[in-house]
Amino acid sequence: MNITVTINGQKRTLEIEYGDMLTEVLRKAGYVEVKKGCDTGNCGVCTVLLDGTPIPSCSFLALRADGREITTIRGVEKEAAQFADFLTAEGADQCGFCSPGFAITVLAMKRELGNPDEATMKHYLAGNLCRCSGYEGQLRAVKKYLEVSHGESI
Amino acid sequence: MANQFSEVTKSRPKIDGKGLVTGRPAYTDDLAPPDALVVRILRSPHAHAKILSIDPSEALKLPGVECVLTYQDVERIPYTRAGQGNPEPSPHDKFILDRYVRYVGDEVAVVAAVDEETARQALALVKVEYQVLPAVLDFETAADNPTVIHPEPEIHDMFPIGFEPKRNIAAAYDMEIGNVEGVLQECDFVVEETYYTQAQAHVALEPHTAFTYLDLQGRLNVVTSTQNPFHTRRLMGLALHLPLKNIRVQKPRIGGGFGGKQVVHVEPYAALVTLKTGKPAKVVMTRKEVFESTFTRHQMRLTVRIGARRDGKIRAIDMQVLSNTGAYGEHALTVFMVGGSKTLPLYNKIEAAKFGGKIVYTNKIPAGAFRGYGAIQGNFALESAIDELAHKMGMDPVELRTINMIKEGETSEVFKIMGEGGEGVEMIVESCKLDYCVRRGAELLGYNPRRLAYEVAPGIVRAQGMAIAMQGSGIPLIDMGSANLELQDDGFFKLHIGATDLGTGSDTILAQIAAEELGVGLEDMVVYASDTDHTPYDVGAYASSTTYVSGNAVLKAAQEMKKALRHAVADKYGLDPERVVFKDREFLTDEGKKLVSLRDFSYDTLYHNGAKMKTIATSGSYSGEKSPPPYLAAFVEIDVDTETGKIDVRNYVAVVDCGTPINTNLAKIQVEGGLLQGIGMALYEDVRYSENGHMLTNSLMSYTIPSREDVGKLTVEFAESYEPSGPFGAKSVGEIGIDTPLAAIANALYNATGARVRELPLTPPRVLDAIRRVKDR
Repeated sequence: MNITVTINGQKRTLEIEYGDMLTEVLRKAGYVEVKKGCDTGNCGVCTVLLDGTPIPSCSFLALRADGREITTIRGVEKEAAQFADFLTAEGADQCGFCSPGFAITVLAMKRELGNPDEATMKHYLAGNLCRCSGYEGQLRAVKKYLEVSHGESI
Repeated sequence: MANQFSEVTKSRPKIDGKGLVTGRPAYTDDLAPPDALVVRILRSPHAHAKILSIDPSEALKLPGVECVLTYQDVERIPYTRAGQGNPEPSPHDKFILDRYVRYVGDEVAVVAAVDEETARQALALVKVEYQVLPAVLDFETAADNPTVIHPEPEIHDMFPIGFEPKRNIAAAYDMEIGNVEGVLQECDFVVEETYYTQAQAHVALEPHTAFTYLDLQGRLNVVTSTQNPFHTRRLMGLALHLPLKNIRVQKPRIGGGFGGKQVVHVEPYAALVTLKTGKPAKVVMTRKEVFESTFTRHQMRLTVRIGARRDGKIRAIDMQVLSNTGAYGEHALTVFMVGGSKTLPLYNKIEAAKFGGKIVYTNKIPAGAFRGYGAIQGNFALESAIDELAHKMGMDPVELRTINMIKEGETSEVFKIMGEGGEGVEMIVESCKLDYCVRRGAELLGYNPRRLAYEVAPGIVRAQGMAIAMQGSGIPLIDMGSANLELQDDGFFKLHIGATDLGTGSDTILAQIAAEELGVGLEDMVVYASDTDHTPYDVGAYASSTTYVSGNAVLKAAQEMKKALRHAVADKYGLDPERVVFKDREFLTDEGKKLVSLRDFSYDTLYHNGAKMKTIATSGSYSGEKSPPPYLAAFVEIDVDTETGKIDVRNYVAVVDCGTPINTNLAKIQVEGGLLQGIGMALYEDVRYSENGHMLTNSLMSYTIPSREDVGKLTVEFAESYEPSGPFGAKSVGEIGIDTPLAAIANALYNATGARVRELPLTPPRVLDAIRRVKDR
């Protein structure tokens, strides 16, 4: 069967199987920036925006994306590059495998909450796991990024 | 110290960072050819069984199925999957496919199909008949159990490691310095306790992945998420019976390793399919497979005896250890030995020491390398016991450590006696700021020995605890790294290294080392790494070796490059090379007269110098004669809920002596990441099984790793320290961070409640139970 989705502003018709999860469908279609980590919606490396809201795409039926808008990190390349400067300045990118999913969640948080306090920030981002960094460097990066870029929107 | 460098110590962003964060294709699966056959592995549902028959006929009928391979299709060659030096200190006790399966998750058959869905369906159609055998699941009854896990005659060790498979013993070791029993008898205080550490899962977020293809010359190309491309090539050559020249292994970016990818887990299975079909093939593990069928940390039981004089002098330490290596013996002996070799030297003034025990097979997931590599288990036991001794003696645990711990300029007999599966090397500790680390850590947390615990709310007790640790910097005289440098037109340098960046930033810091020595910038270096065809040999990323071992190799190559450049310029201008100075990308005479810029000379040597034209290239290799330990002092503040047993880590302070941090931010993140993995192991990470050996914790729903909400604060600082044998004074920093949380948190829990928990993790039920037992006393 086919679904029609808008991915990073481009309308695409994709052939899927009924039970396919969105991560696999996106990766097969060439969006390899969407990583596959845990298969159970826990780690967040597969995060994409669905109509602007971050979701773990590994636990989302591709079928349900029909007619909707998907944004991967490549769809917000300019903002991602800005945030990347802050993340890499702290050395908190590390292996980078969680970074695209983490970065897009940070961008969504910024749009939704502006520059929230630390507890809110940690809570919003809690679904994006990182096994390398211990999170402290990520937190330093997000704080600095939001202080500098607060007010601009994605 | 920091001011003397232009590149080193600077927090340069990782050279690959921006590309990774913005989602460029980078990891093995991102790069796999779209037409690669999808390889899935049928795995054992039994902890121990003999395969009576395998019938692939139904699977082969499914359209799109390319092949089904079983043990009948594979040459029976025992090998080890452990990425280690040659000969490996691990027994050769594994077959790519075998007639016996020895744990739930062991490989049974390999299915290749045109896509994921077909491969998955085909797996279910392979009919296997098993004869289920009794399983050994309790490691304390594994030795001399009537059920023998490895009765097969072909398996062997590479040199004596105490290998006795008929007794379910993968390796054994014993050493003694002095007379422990005699000294303990004379001690005023003796503590004897037994501690248990659990299996921990690595949970690198990128699952193990490999793809293979044949190149134009028919050579097997392997692209894989490995920590050690050269070991992988050697082990695959052995297992697949291929000459090494017919194999190329490449590591692209990899999504974390922590020791979990210091091994050959997926590569042979993709290779089997490519060799059979001639087609590209890939294996991407599911998360369930990563949990059930890779490695964990070795579960251990450690019995410690420590004796001290009334004045606080520790006189003898004995550690007797039982380690569970699971179904196969990868890293069995070496992890075990590190439990002593990287803990005992902390207290180097003892008169007698003993360390020994066995590493046993069980029908559980094999254990392997995992950051900390035995030191973390040993540290929990020793650093808990030291606190127990201090309390018994009525001493401040910090004071007891300060009196006894190792200091700069000292040595330990253990360095010489215990090495990587054999003897070690003698070593004077030339850099050790442990005394500073302890003082500064205490200051940062506000450590107060007279007020180690107090109630902050009804039932909530706030408490402090501490521990110290050491690690190593590579394996001396065994680990070797190399680097090639080459001047390019336009005046930049190619740096080719065998070293393997797992995401730690080693490509970046190695380039910083080269740039520092050459007096150029990081931006003048182009780095290519981890490709057995195109980069020089390196053992790979493990044993805290890259900064020190590979870093020294890069430093040597850069020193040689400086020399080669001076000679080439001298030749061009008819000068004595001693009279040529290379500074700030320019060549001058020793009198300060400008000769030529590096950029112009780079064109000259490749385009303009006629018969004198040449490529200016140098190499450096390094094998350490010592393994200078980094040190760490940790102080933690926790809140214990005495009603529920829940522990909250409020602030974890670590002050680290890693010598010169080559890249201060990247070094700091290494420590912070290590601390959190250690805190996870201390509090809840635990690989658990059902009664019949099925793993219960086979997803991130049932196996929890720390999230960003789980810890209050990590505070990391570095001591000013300079290791004379390291590149620009550097030692390692990759593992040391993980070692202390187990003991430091358990010590804080004792200070909070009087409950000494000697079994990990410190889950609320276990803590609550211990608190209740204290109250009942």
